[in-house]
Amino acid sequence: MRYLGIEPVKPRVGIFDFSGCEGCQLQLLNKEESLGAFLSALEIVHFREGSSEASDDYDIAFIDGCVTREDEVVRLKKIRSIAKLVVAMGSCASFGGVLRHRNYIDLDAANREVYGDKPKETGKTRAIHEVVKVDVTIPGCPVSKTQVERIVQHLVLGVPFHDVVYPVCVECKQKFNTCMFEKGTLCLGPITRGGCGAPCPTGGLGCWGCRGATVDPNLKEFKDLALKRGFSEAEIDERLAFFGGFEGITCASI
Amino acid sequence: MLYKTITKSDFEHLIDFILEQNEIIAPRKVGEKPDGTPIHQFLPIEAFSEMDLDYSKTEYSAKTYFLPFRENLSTWSFGDGGWKQDIQYRQKPRAIIGLHACDIHALLKLDKVMLKGPFPSPYYKARRENTVIIGMDHEPCGSGFCASLGTDILTHGFDLFLTDIGDRYFVAVDSDRGFRILSQVPLAEVTDEDRRRYVRARAAISEKQTIKVHTRNLPTLLDLTFNSAVWEKWGSKCLSCGACAMVCPTCYCYGVKERVCMDLASASKVKQLHSCNLVDFAEVAGGHNFRPTREHRLKYRYYHQHRGFAEAYDEPMCVGCNRCGDTCLAGINPPDVIADLEQENP
Repeated sequence: MRYLGIEPVKPRVGIFDFSGCEGCQLQLLNKEESLGAFLSALEIVHFREGSSEASDDYDIAFIDGCVTREDEVVRLKKIRSIAKLVVAMGSCASFGGVLRHRNYIDLDAANREVYGDKPKETGKTRAIHEVVKVDVTIPGCPVSKTQVERIVQHLVLGVPFHDVVYPVCVECKQKFNTCMFEKGTLCLGPITRGGCGAPCPTGGLGCWGCRGATVDPNLKEFKDLALKRGFSEAEIDERLAFFGGFEGITCASI
Repeated sequence: MLYKTITKSDFEHLIDFILEQNEIIAPRKVGEKPDGTPIHQFLPIEAFSEMDLDYSKTEYSAKTYFLPFRENLSTWSFGDGGWKQDIQYRQKPRAIIGLHACDIHALLKLDKVMLKGPFPSPYYKARRENTVIIGMDHEPCGSGFCASLGTDILTHGFDLFLTDIGDRYFVAVDSDRGFRILSQVPLAEVTDEDRRRYVRARAAISEKQTIKVHTRNLPTLLDLTFNSAVWEKWGSKCLSCGACAMVCPTCYCYGVKERVCMDLASASKVKQLHSCNLVDFAEVAGGHNFRPTREHRLKYRYYHQHRGFAEAYDEPMCVGCNRCGDTCLAGINPPDVIADLEQENP
């Protein structure tokens, strides 16, 4: 199908899993109403969860998960050397996700606790961009399939794609929700990148920041207002660290 | 203007009559804040008992029933070597019950932009014309400053407007449509006693308007305080989250995006309301941003509300409901910002 006279390219795509729950790549097989069209737009040549094919000839690599072991570094670098375009898909790939917590604990002690006298090789969590160059980042835990579709349309047709840069509050208000703070619940909505459609506040859960910091977040005012409403500094910092999407963003830099 | 009175039980019958063939949007209690304050929103109702007309202010304005946050402007589909466009303006008739004066003023202001400007919006017009407005007087809401902007009283912009005068409603009728609807229940002529009660009821409401905001000559004051440190003070607090514009009954700025279906067989133009406080509001081709800082963006929101709009339409855009101030987590609110500007000595 041509769109506006443009013949779409059908790129060869590989989907690769690194450390993480692999839920983001499973998202690629959701949204059944447009799944057929989605799969027709691409030639998927490597997708462990969805296909028995495993080719090493692809144009685009979608990376799910983060890097925690040295063998992953080797595999990721090989993928980068083959793919023309690398997409970091999900919070783990984008900034470490929940696995970022490993960086704040004694990993040797954790290894002993879990594996006893048969420790496994493991290291600090690194986002994909901390190991190789990333061309497109899709944060979210899990990623939104709608957003993946838009990126695919962008890649195959050149339909413009701009990730939203406003915070979760915009879409939360557009759902007519009562503010989580009004309900006495901590919420990172005002400083987290929107585009998710605010499913967590809509469901009664304050935002945990899975899409990372919005562009130019007002962290100082956010901390002030959360402290004023009785949330402790430790509680706020723990929330900010949960997905790793606020690492490196400090009040001072704003 | 025509005035009648109806009994309260007949008002209930009137609602039942409207509900027979129309959708009704009315204030409903949806929850409570931790301190017990009720939270109300304009939502569809299916029975008179679901309404709570004794509400002070809804959390969101009724703007969404005229300017939805998201709307499909046009859909087109491709096939057989050509394409077909589908545009839907149609709106089923509906009635909004219990709008307070400020919220009806907001619609009158939106009319100036959406209907009376050089490019009237057919989408807005369809909704506006197919919506019956039955407004209602109420005591001041607590944080609003409508009296300072003259939006606490109304002379037009509704089909019916009710004032509680004890055992009955004093009804102002401002349209043929309103009269035809009202005629479904027994009407009484206004008596001398009704007049006295109405005047007393209005005076009692006015007396309770305690929040005063100095808005006379505000456009000029805003010009003179353009470089004031007040903007830095409030701007540094702004979260740039857009919540103020989302709850505002008059903010109408928007963006339009093209959404292409995954099978490439159809696409649509989707309009989404935006906010001048959002970081990309004034970003243009090439990445240049005319309003790069929170301070700039917040300032221009006030300028549009109280200066630019006033220059274009002879009145401010703000109706003084203070929903923006109520919703702002950082505590930015028009009475405090304008009071700070007043203190400036330019």
